[in-house]
Amino acid sequence: MLKANDLTVRYGALTVLDGVDFSVSPGQWLMILGPNGAGKSTIVNAVSQGVPYGGTISFNGTDIRRIKPTERAKCFGVLTQNHFVGYSFTVGEIVHLGRYAYRDRLFTAGTDDEAAVASALDATGMTPFRDKSVLTLSGGELQRAFLAQLFAQNPKLLILDEPTNHLDLVYQRQVFDLIGEWLSEPDRSVISVVHDLSLAKAYGTHALLLNGGNAVAFGTVDEVLTRERLHEVYSMDVFGWMNKMLGVWQEETE
Amino acid sequence: MKKHKEGLYAREYALMLVLLLTAAALSICLGSVNLPLSDTLKSIFALITGGDVSDLGTAPAILSTRLPRAACVALTGAALSLSGAAMQGLLKNPLADGSTLGVSSGASLGAVAAIAFGLSVTSLPFAGTVVAAMVFAFASLLIILFLSYKLDCSLSTHTIILVGVIFSMFASSIISLLITFASGRIKQITFWTMGSLAGSSYENALLLLGAFLVFGGMIFFTARELNAFAVGEDNARTIGVNVKRVKLTVLICVSALIGVCVSIGGTIGFVGLVTPHIMRMITGPNHKRLLPASAMGGATFLLLSDLAARTLLSPLELPIGVVTSLVGAVVFVFVFYRSRRMG
Repeated sequence: MLKANDLTVRYGALTVLDGVDFSVSPGQWLMILGPNGAGKSTIVNAVSQGVPYGGTISFNGTDIRRIKPTERAKCFGVLTQNHFVGYSFTVGEIVHLGRYAYRDRLFTAGTDDEAAVASALDATGMTPFRDKSVLTLSGGELQRAFLAQLFAQNPKLLILDEPTNHLDLVYQRQVFDLIGEWLSEPDRSVISVVHDLSLAKAYGTHALLLNGGNAVAFGTVDEVLTRERLHEVYSMDVFGWMNKMLGVWQEETE
Repeated sequence: MKKHKEGLYAREYALMLVLLLTAAALSICLGSVNLPLSDTLKSIFALITGGDVSDLGTAPAILSTRLPRAACVALTGAALSLSGAAMQGLLKNPLADGSTLGVSSGASLGAVAAIAFGLSVTSLPFAGTVVAAMVFAFASLLIILFLSYKLDCSLSTHTIILVGVIFSMFASSIISLLITFASGRIKQITFWTMGSLAGSSYENALLLLGAFLVFGGMIFFTARELNAFAVGEDNARTIGVNVKRVKLTVLICVSALIGVCVSIGGTIGFVGLVTPHIMRMITGPNHKRLLPASAMGGATFLLLSDLAARTLLSPLELPIGVVTSLVGAVVFVFVFYRSRRMG
């Protein structure tokens, strides 16, 4: 579905991403992992055309730079980390914007739009918030409003930059379950940047491990997330630490 | 399913139109000599149909100066306010307006230079300043976009604001320099930098109308894209907006409108900042509603300001920019304070 070849991003003399290759196929959930500054979010920025990059990114064989913006929006949608909205748009208006690529300039607001918006609001549990201003929402609600916009956009591939950043455990689970459900439909894939290795292991099918702008490993989750490799990338015994954390709970429940 | 309408409702249009027409009627009838509304309407009718005006006294003569002036004031107000609304959405910054870009100062510099050096087109006495202002407005836009692009080829809004502000300061300092050397024409220049639509002609009104229809029309056409920008540029990009093209289109349209407005009426502050703010409190941030409301609100506001400028200290006429800034600041504080207190 999406394939990146020799992806390189430079800010002046600084190389942030250095020749990274990865791909995602239908039905797969690719987790992008790595310590801070590894270049995870830069991949998202490059795919969404927010930064100039070297190498190629193609969607179903076509270079995404050659795809028209509205067509690109039908191929993949991006959920960014930052949702600061300056003006008091309603949740409904935000979700409606997701239909931008489908709307004709002259014949606005088809019935499809209304149906897509309603089902996206429904899927994310945001229907009761439809006429509320986004300025009154909590962080978790705001995140779900933008997820609803992404569902209304109805792309084939979701790209999520730390989708549960700042969210409490209940929301984390809700959002990941929602995305898992979305992925269960045919011909869909997900790429997400995550910090939490447990989440990556629990929900991901594939993983791309980055360190200092280089791809350390790419493959299935079990292939990539080995004890030695994580130790090398994070300079600590990640497995030992995770087991210790888990141990705390097991002792309490016993 | 509940139908969600995006544009203004017919009754909202009607209400705003009534307010606008009332302001226009007041502006045409009142002044150093007050005319009864009936005479005014009869004279306008006679002017249009070419009928007999001999029994209407001085009304037709007075109207021949007041009508084009009212048209220019209304169109300038609409254009400035529309530009402000578009810039506030595009840059996602409620403190932006048409002058944020620096084009307004560039146009002023052109006009002031024309006055200081006595440039004029022989057959058209006022054309020197108008032409110079428009040329400088366009040149300023090119310089600002070129510098922004050189600094940052993605043309980020931060870069544009920064370059615009720096350019504005630069242009203002050159204006001050010109004023220092051209002390003989200081009154003329000051009047220009404060804004005035005295002596507006039908030709000016036509130029404004043309610019408003072409460039204002294009801005109305980008309402949906402006909504996306007002939510965030990254968000606009991900939903499929051609970010660079929309940005360039809006910047060029706003510059053209501002250039024409400054070339005819000088720099009139506050209209482009305050009117969209007040309108947004009424219509909400959706540009499909906000843009038409801002245009009509701006026209109404400037007509009333111009009326105040002409009549408050009559026969002395105040620069209109002084009135808009005074009234605008007070109204703005009042509205803002009330809306905050009511939550």
